[in-house]
Amino acid sequence: MTDQPMIYVEDLYKGFGTLKVLKGITEHVNKGEVVSIIGPSGSGKSTFLRCLNLLEEPDSGKVFFEGVEITAKGVNINVHRQRMGMVFQLFNIFPHLSVIENISIAPTMLKGIPKAQSKKAAELLLERVGLQDKRNEHPSKLSGGQKQRLAIIRALAMEPDVMLFDEPTSALDPEMVGEVLDVIKSLVSEGMTSVIVTHEMGFAREISDRVLFMDEGMIAEQGPPQALFGDPQNQRTKEFLSKVLY
Amino acid sequence: MIFLEKTLAVATKYGYMFVDGIFYTLLLSAITVFFGTIMGSLLSMLRMSRFSVVRFIATAYIEIIRGTPLLLQLYLFYFLLPDLLPFLDDKFLCICIALVLNSAAYISEIVRAGIQAVDRGQAEAARSLGMSGVQNMLRIILPQAVRNILPALCNEFIMVIKETSLASTFFIGDIMSQYKKIQGLTYLVIEPLLIAGIIYFMLTFSLSKVVAAFERRLKTSD
Ligand SMILES: Nc1ncnc2c1ncn2[C@@H]1O[C@H](COP(=O)(O)OP(=O)(O)OP(=O)(O)O)[C@@H](O)[C@H]1O
Ligand SMILES: [Mg+2]
Repeated sequence: MTDQPMIYVEDLYKGFGTLKVLKGITEHVNKGEVVSIIGPSGSGKSTFLRCLNLLEEPDSGKVFFEGVEITAKGVNINVHRQRMGMVFQLFNIFPHLSVIENISIAPTMLKGIPKAQSKKAAELLLERVGLQDKRNEHPSKLSGGQKQRLAIIRALAMEPDVMLFDEPTSALDPEMVGEVLDVIKSLVSEGMTSVIVTHEMGFAREISDRVLFMDEGMIAEQGPPQALFGDPQNQRTKEFLSKVLY
Repeated sequence: MIFLEKTLAVATKYGYMFVDGIFYTLLLSAITVFFGTIMGSLLSMLRMSRFSVVRFIATAYIEIIRGTPLLLQLYLFYFLLPDLLPFLDDKFLCICIALVLNSAAYISEIVRAGIQAVDRGQAEAARSLGMSGVQNMLRIILPQAVRNILPALCNEFIMVIKETSLASTFFIGDIMSQYKKIQGLTYLVIEPLLIAGIIYFMLTFSLSKVVAAFERRLKTSD
């Protein structure tokens, strides 16, 4: 099983009350692969992504991560989540901690790394995204773009094997989108396995190995970006793309 | 003029008794809010438990306490506790327990509201990093909730100062108990009452000013 997928999802169903959101998804993400998820609002993209680290508990179906079924009973999901970074639309920076503490709290608490050492690692990450001057700032002093860059390196500090992004630039002012996308690009170019829900079609086209088009709780079409954007087969994909690409 | 002179005379002669009363009122209130906060915090955790039986018991307790008069609860504990637990024959202790059990119900709702006011995304970020539910609560949620909880807790302290006057039914030395004693000694009703009222007002008014200043500081340090 050397070439087992990093994430494998089998027949996933999820609803909220009577609303059925995910209607049977089977999908995989290989190691080193960059998968973008696009689709209309409400189609279940976030729900699907959040099922991958079980922030949402599926109603039925299985999720495997690095060969382990994390949906199985008795699995300590916290251990697996340490290796799955997640970045949220609204950043979710911890407002009661300084910038550097936001990064170092999880490695210190969860990996038992001494504080001094995890702060040193945090400094390197801050430098990497150009936030070294902000190390002792209060997060409320940061712009949206800076907050999102901080959120990305907060997740990286746990040295995850995969990164999950849920519309990382949707809440940003247009002039800040670029700086966040650049960070994600550099991550991807280093081989970070990534699953990215996004409305930035140009970005998805540029960096993805594969694009999934979600519609009404199912993956209606998927393929390499050139094929999916250049020659969509599914009627719904065509409609969606003609709307977002003009 | 005669009225004012009389009031002043009462204040001069029996002032020391009122000072005792202030001491006991503040002591009783501090004990109530301190232990009420500990118990109320635990109660709020039970109230948010994932086990429905636990939630039900906590909710029932809170509703019953909040749905019946404090005076009734004081009577109940004053007479019931020494019967049930003979070593609890100290009336001050029984009243304390009743006040704590009462205020814990109110404080648990303050704590719960404070916790639920913390953005849901905070817990999601913490859990996505791999923190357990307890780690998330202690390191991420509670430190943020405290900012919401503290001002409300101070207001609860002010409420309790006024509520302890009900305990004077059992003469436990608070301001109103002292008032009753002084009334018995002087056969004056209004004058000592005026003094007690002024004392209560000065206590609660100055404390609420302190709380307001404190709240402003919490906001600006954000
Ligand atoms: N916690 C929840 N409780 C109830 N309904 C929910 C919950 N989360 C999502 N939904 C509903 O599920 C559906 C799918 O939501 P989801 O967030 O997955 O869509 P999405 O594709 O990410 O949309 P968007 O592009 O707007 O982010 C929506 O109708 C949404 O209202
Ligand atoms: Mg979404």
